[in-house]
Amino acid sequence: MAETPPPPPVRRRTFSATTLPGFAAVAVTVFVALYLPIATLVVFSFNAANSMSDWGGFSLRWYEAAWANRAVQEAAGRSLLIATIASLASTVLATLAALGTTRQGPFRGRMAIWGAINTPLMVPEIVTGVALLILFGTVRAWTGYQGLGYLVLAHTAFCIPFAYLPIRARLERMDRLLELAAADLYASPRRAFLRITLPLLMPGVLAGAMLAFVISLDDVIITEFVKSAGQDTLPTYMLGQFRRTLTPEVNAIATALLGLTLVLLTAFFLITRRRG
Amino acid sequence: MRSLRLAAATLALVAGQAAAQDRQLQLYNWGDYTSPELIAKFEAETGIRVTITDYDSNDTALAKVSAGGHGFDLVVPSANYVPIWIEHGLIQELDHSRLPNIVNIAPEWVDVAWDPGRRYTVPWQWGTTGIAVNTSAYDGDINTSDIVFDPPEELRGKINVVPEMADVISMAIMNVGGEPCTEDLEVLRQVRDMLLAAKPHWLSMDYDSEAKLSANDIMAALTWNGPTMRARLNNPPVAYGYPVEGYPIWMDSVALLSDARNVDEAYEFLNFIMEPENAALISNYARYANGITGSEEFMDPEMRDAPEIVIPEEHRAHGVFLPTCPPSATDLYAQIWTELQS
Amino acid sequence: MRRRSRARAGWLLSAPALLVLLVGAVGPLLVVLLYSFLTRGDYGGVRLPFSLEGWFRVFLRRDIFDGTVSLNTDHLSIFWRSIWLSLTTTLVTFVLGLPTAWFIATRPERSRPLWLFLITIPFWTNLLIRTFAILEVIRNEGLINTVLMRLGLISAPIQILFTDWATLIGMTYVYLPFMVLPLYAAIDRFDRRLLEAGYDLYADRWRVLRRVILPLIRPGIVAGCILVFIPALGAYVTPRVLGGGTNMMIGNFIELQFGQGRNWPLGSALAVTLLIAVMGALLLYLRATTPKGGHDG
Repeated sequence: MAETPPPPPVRRRTFSATTLPGFAAVAVTVFVALYLPIATLVVFSFNAANSMSDWGGFSLRWYEAAWANRAVQEAAGRSLLIATIASLASTVLATLAALGTTRQGPFRGRMAIWGAINTPLMVPEIVTGVALLILFGTVRAWTGYQGLGYLVLAHTAFCIPFAYLPIRARLERMDRLLELAAADLYASPRRAFLRITLPLLMPGVLAGAMLAFVISLDDVIITEFVKSAGQDTLPTYMLGQFRRTLTPEVNAIATALLGLTLVLLTAFFLITRRRG
Repeated sequence: MRSLRLAAATLALVAGQAAAQDRQLQLYNWGDYTSPELIAKFEAETGIRVTITDYDSNDTALAKVSAGGHGFDLVVPSANYVPIWIEHGLIQELDHSRLPNIVNIAPEWVDVAWDPGRRYTVPWQWGTTGIAVNTSAYDGDINTSDIVFDPPEELRGKINVVPEMADVISMAIMNVGGEPCTEDLEVLRQVRDMLLAAKPHWLSMDYDSEAKLSANDIMAALTWNGPTMRARLNNPPVAYGYPVEGYPIWMDSVALLSDARNVDEAYEFLNFIMEPENAALISNYARYANGITGSEEFMDPEMRDAPEIVIPEEHRAHGVFLPTCPPSATDLYAQIWTELQS
Repeated sequence: MRRRSRARAGWLLSAPALLVLLVGAVGPLLVVLLYSFLTRGDYGGVRLPFSLEGWFRVFLRRDIFDGTVSLNTDHLSIFWRSIWLSLTTTLVTFVLGLPTAWFIATRPERSRPLWLFLITIPFWTNLLIRTFAILEVIRNEGLINTVLMRLGLISAPIQILFTDWATLIGMTYVYLPFMVLPLYAAIDRFDRRLLEAGYDLYADRWRVLRRVILPLIRPGIVAGCILVFIPALGAYVTPRVLGGGTNMMIGNFIELQFGQGRNWPLGSALAVTLLIAVMGALLLYLRATTPKGGHDG
């Protein structure tokens, strides 16, 4: 609100073109609602009782339990590794595809590409999971390779539409004048892309990458079917506990991961701020 | 393409780590079912590194292993699935000379219907499916499946039913006087009508009865004995009923996969878990009985004579081992099950 | 001449993504299409010969008791529930997401990434934990009911958990960022001078919203609605945990066929049906929302 241009003289002094009635109130409510469950989760990670709902006093026992639980740590590490690679890879691929399908104007087959990119969205996870199990099972038997590659590939594939759509939404409304201006000034296409297009595209890329990361981190069902021996991720580890009762240990793990995220983000902001 | 190169490098790294391990064992088991203490002890005694991978249903495990190239050595299917694993050649016959502790299997668990003479499997844990009731909400007879299928006024709208088709349908069939795996349409019609009439009184169909019983979210459940015992420890009025109409007994057993790569290590593990002291570790963690003679004395005192774990004499006769139903029967059940949840 | 080189560039730039998708999404889809025409295996899986039984069962039912064939109303009610829950979720996330995205986009440029991260941080805890956290909030003895009862607004807890409302609340929570992020990406690019022009013309905020803002951020709305509606249709975890598992959505129903139901051809045929329905709806939606002479595909 603060950075809006000076109001036209006729209107009230406090008028701001970007203020819409009730929007800020809704936004604040949304943020509160988003963090309400998270706050409960964090609080109960310190529960002394073996319950996610009845408070039995303060304790660090679930953090100790999680600290001693090798399986859960390995699963958490594996989740982060896969999510990082898959979100980076899918964002790069999606950016290229978005440039290819919007910057070139209409061409034959554009609709088909668009359809293919959005396929992972339209097929229920369980179906992709079962089909990939069959496909990869055959490949595994042939090649003998059983590493994380299958999971990374599967995750990258279903992350692509999530990265693609925000990037494309950004590209579609982007002003081409700047790029044309750059071309007029004899900038090479590569230079024009790196210095003009990409920075303008960045919010879309960032949004897309974040979505892809979250989607990969969240995936249960495809992972459950594609994983092979010793490849549990945090979600599949928890799916396995579905039949039993979840203990606040999972809260402790989630809280620890959140804490780690916050530390990294703070560091990131401090560094970028200093540089700027 | 930098990302691809990055991916390739990471893969190589992970593969390298796996190869560097000397003796290892890949256990494919139900989630949260394997005692970490048991694994730590086994690793300390043998130097074999055990990796556990979880599954959450018999069908997922079966589909995954059938697809091939899975990398697992041991799997823990339920009794009514064992014949399928054997028939499809997915698990191999055990060499009993390498399992001296096999004599520790309690006599009643040796000549079991799904694996006579224990040629393919050794016991992991066993339990029952019954009725849990919070007796502060209802003081009538709890040894009947009518609690769930024709609920008394006090319990209506406060019932959870475990979403396990085989357990629920079998119990319903026995409630109307049929045999498990029946294809008798008259019986099944009664089953369907009864289930459809009962469903409006159910609050949920979810696996987690323990937390809900503990927190008074529900007052009754069709569930397993283990969660009921744990709920009782949190919430004393919770009691476990063994329906006189018949209730399912189940057992999960460990089997050696036909394409296991660490066969020696697998035998060491199978023999290890049939040691009474070690079998007790399994039970103390997951809270079910194990089928190994002499393990009781190493079990937690609260388990040793828990009415949920040790079936009281008068209820033994009503327990039924669920057989492997023919596909035609499963198909009928699946259709009733779908109608129930739509 | 220009057109051909454009097509080549378009395909070349899209090729890497398409390659990955070929293995990770299109390939599986073909497998599923094939499976839907096979006979079900006795214990899961499929076998020869080819059969239309899976497709038959999607729409029709042969009564197991009297053998009569009729429209399968069970499947229809499952499809119907999935569609209205997903539509409502999309609508609610849009109503909540637009102000939120607007709010973020109008913060000073510096702090915008911070607000964006604030939206996504709850989603860095995984779906299952998040769903259980929501469960704790809406339980009978949970936060909402306790507070309402303490305030004296209600005398007995409201049963939210294990109803369609719980599923709706859960899905709104889970899919909100999929609406907010694309909307933000579209709003952020927005030329504010247009707003002022709008006020000069209409001088009414609601009309400016409707006539100026919404048309300008249309690509973001389209992307957001697609990203919410379609995954919501196939939702699995939320209806199972929060909905209590008594009322299935399509995702749960298809899972049942690949699991305990052991009817892979039916599960495959259902999945293909869902895909065709979604694609059809999407095409209609895009056609209806694309301004005349527009170039969206």
